[in-house]
Amino acid sequence: MARLHEFQGKQLLAQHKIPVPRGRQAATPEEARIIAADIGGPVMVKMQAWVTGRAGMGGIKMAGDPDEAAAAAAGMLGRRVKNFTVEWVLVEEQIQIAREFYAGIIVDDVSQSPLMIFSSVGGTGIEEIALQHPDKVAKTTIDVVRGLQEYQARDLARRAGVERDLMNPMATMLVRLWETARDADARAAEINPLVLTSKGTLMAADCRVTVDDYAVFRHPEFGIEIAREMDRPPTELERIAYAVEAGDYRGTFFFLQMEEDFRRGDRVVGFHGAGGGGSMMSMDALLGRGYKLANFVDTSGNPPASKVYRAARIILSQPGLDGYFGSGSGVASQEQFYSARGLVKAFLEEPLMVPAVIRLGGNAEDQAVEILEWANGSVPAPVEGYKKDHSSDFCAERLDALIRAYTPPARQPVGRGPLPAERPYTFETVTGGTVTLDHALCAACTSKVCIRSCARNILSLDENGLPVLNVSREEAKKGRCVECLGCDIDCYFLGNRGGYVSLPIEGLDAFRSRANIG
Amino acid sequence: MSILIDQTKRVIVQGITGREGMARAELMKNYGTRVVGGVTPGKGGQEVIGLPVYDTVQEAWEELGPIDVSVLFIPAPLVKNAAMEAIEAGVSLLVIVPDRVPIYDVLAIAALARERGAEFVGPNTLGLLSPDKAVLGMMGGRASSARQWFIRGPVGITSRSGGITSSMAYYLAQQGIGATTLVHVGGDAVVGMPHPKVVRLFEHDPETRAVVMFGEIGTSQEEQVAELIDRGEFTKPLVAFIGGKAAKSGTRFSHAGAIVEGNRGTHAGKVGALREVGAHVVDSFSELPFRTKEVLQDQGIL
Repeated sequence: MARLHEFQGKQLLAQHKIPVPRGRQAATPEEARIIAADIGGPVMVKMQAWVTGRAGMGGIKMAGDPDEAAAAAAGMLGRRVKNFTVEWVLVEEQIQIAREFYAGIIVDDVSQSPLMIFSSVGGTGIEEIALQHPDKVAKTTIDVVRGLQEYQARDLARRAGVERDLMNPMATMLVRLWETARDADARAAEINPLVLTSKGTLMAADCRVTVDDYAVFRHPEFGIEIAREMDRPPTELERIAYAVEAGDYRGTFFFLQMEEDFRRGDRVVGFHGAGGGGSMMSMDALLGRGYKLANFVDTSGNPPASKVYRAARIILSQPGLDGYFGSGSGVASQEQFYSARGLVKAFLEEPLMVPAVIRLGGNAEDQAVEILEWANGSVPAPVEGYKKDHSSDFCAERLDALIRAYTPPARQPVGRGPLPAERPYTFETVTGGTVTLDHALCAACTSKVCIRSCARNILSLDENGLPVLNVSREEAKKGRCVECLGCDIDCYFLGNRGGYVSLPIEGLDAFRSRANIG
Repeated sequence: MSILIDQTKRVIVQGITGREGMARAELMKNYGTRVVGGVTPGKGGQEVIGLPVYDTVQEAWEELGPIDVSVLFIPAPLVKNAAMEAIEAGVSLLVIVPDRVPIYDVLAIAALARERGAEFVGPNTLGLLSPDKAVLGMMGGRASSARQWFIRGPVGITSRSGGITSSMAYYLAQQGIGATTLVHVGGDAVVGMPHPKVVRLFEHDPETRAVVMFGEIGTSQEEQVAELIDRGEFTKPLVAFIGGKAAKSGTRFSHAGAIVEGNRGTHAGKVGALREVGAHVVDSFSELPFRTKEVLQDQGIL
């Protein structure tokens, strides 16, 4: 779930007329000083980081004047907290608290409804409150179509022990919290503590809002870069991978980095799963053998070969890997040879310098494994392919054996790339790729394998026996060419090597040259 | 018998003119599903793989007669509208294949489904399949593969992972154990037909003699199944595996989630709850078919 910072959450609450302390976010100590001066009087400086217990780590400080506010901000900005660099502090007025409450909304899977939880005791975590004061906690499901009504909120407050004179204003706050959550497509929205100030106003002193990943597209105003559950900002490779996923709705590609700063010999493996359940078991198989995973990747839901290719290139752009492990559920409903072509294309282009074990069980698995094994001899490292009758444990064992036995060549050979075509016939693809068929090489080709292997049969031989589109270039680009890579990989191994599909990955070359890979 | 789907159910595909919709409609038909037509707004009057295409579900219903099931192959942002359209038209079972459907959209679909007495599987489901009868969604892929992998038999299969649904059915079949129906409940936090609902249907299906379940960390579906067993509402043998033991906990659960669920959602909590009520929980996935075989033999089912 995409989490919002406290200051973003408070802006949302304020837009829905829930009072919040006066203040703003600051990215520099100087900004903090200006904000503190604007507010006048003592302020709070609050580190914006997704951790609990900020006060205990010096992340919440009182400042008596603007200079102190600037100093407090200087101590927080740029700090590393759980792989995360603090970029913002929130500077806001100090408030005098008379009482604390808790109010939260989550989406409840059992009732298939939003659920509001309210407590007349606040401040600490809601689990503790529920344990210590069960009589002060009340819940109600919310009809998602009608929304939370004032009378329901009032009764919720009553059940949690709120006294009569606070019941009406409290109900108003709760209804506004619901409206905030609904408008923001929030999976969870918490105000904790919700305070009664010494002046008698209800106010959100702290809040936590997480937005439904799948609804982030409706909320450009949040500026969420990657709609994925994370407790840190995305890495550069994650940004590159997310752009691939966002630009291609066919199938799923999920990329998450789990280890950084490792070297060859550290037993860190690039992981390429397919399907959540199978991936989890496959990861367990590697972890159980003392390996670490550089990343988690899932390409599933019938992705095109091009997406699997891009995933593999991104995985292999992590320096220091000892191996490559591809393994999913074992009995996939998708046509596995597309994935095999994507993997082999990536392996040839790198070229692959670490042993790879790939389990591609499921539809067309025989063809898939045959394609995978074509790579052997064309890349420095060994590639083994397995089908549904081999378990992920067996495959992890094989990878372990290959890694132990493998010595990489002293120098990395140059990988496969596009060749200058003598008589290029080209057309573009739906994700910005370009298919080039060198008719000079095609003329001498006896296999014409590109025609047979084309997934959508959009290639035919012309009167000279050369492969050309039988649909318009516009249609091919609009998606008739599904980037199956038949005219690339099958041609490379069975034809005359006249076909090449270039599939750009925005930002990857720049990343690799900076990281000195390849 | 089987649950939810067999060869008699009349099925339409919403989004039949799209890449996946067209391909999957054909695969479903090849396997034996009674696909009677499709709907794509703006493309009515066309014919796709020999099936008529209509602009609205209501129109399809008027032209084709009553429709039992709609399978949705629709971009996620459009799912809410398409699903509500099908429910309003009178379709009683929806299979929502797409991933990334916004959660409040799912809640709105669920609310209308409750009101109209309809059910939905998914979102984010590979679908469901009754061996030798019919398939909905993407399960099995090619009809020839599906026929080879899945056989009829006494076990009901329910799973939180799509790939694992077919894997379990295949590995069970390798031990000679067939299935009544395979259900992938869907991978999202809120799904229309979670494990407890599927298990209840299996309870009432006389041909289903035992259930095999793949659970996962998160949500409270497995704990609810344990409660059903505890209350005597599910009485058949249950063999289960819970995935995600090694997954890092914490990021998945908000604090507010923990209170409604207490100890629910964790790997240990799920395994404990199921074992306590006498379910057979295996520690490794590869044990699953063998344990199932033992259980079936003990019960005199095999």
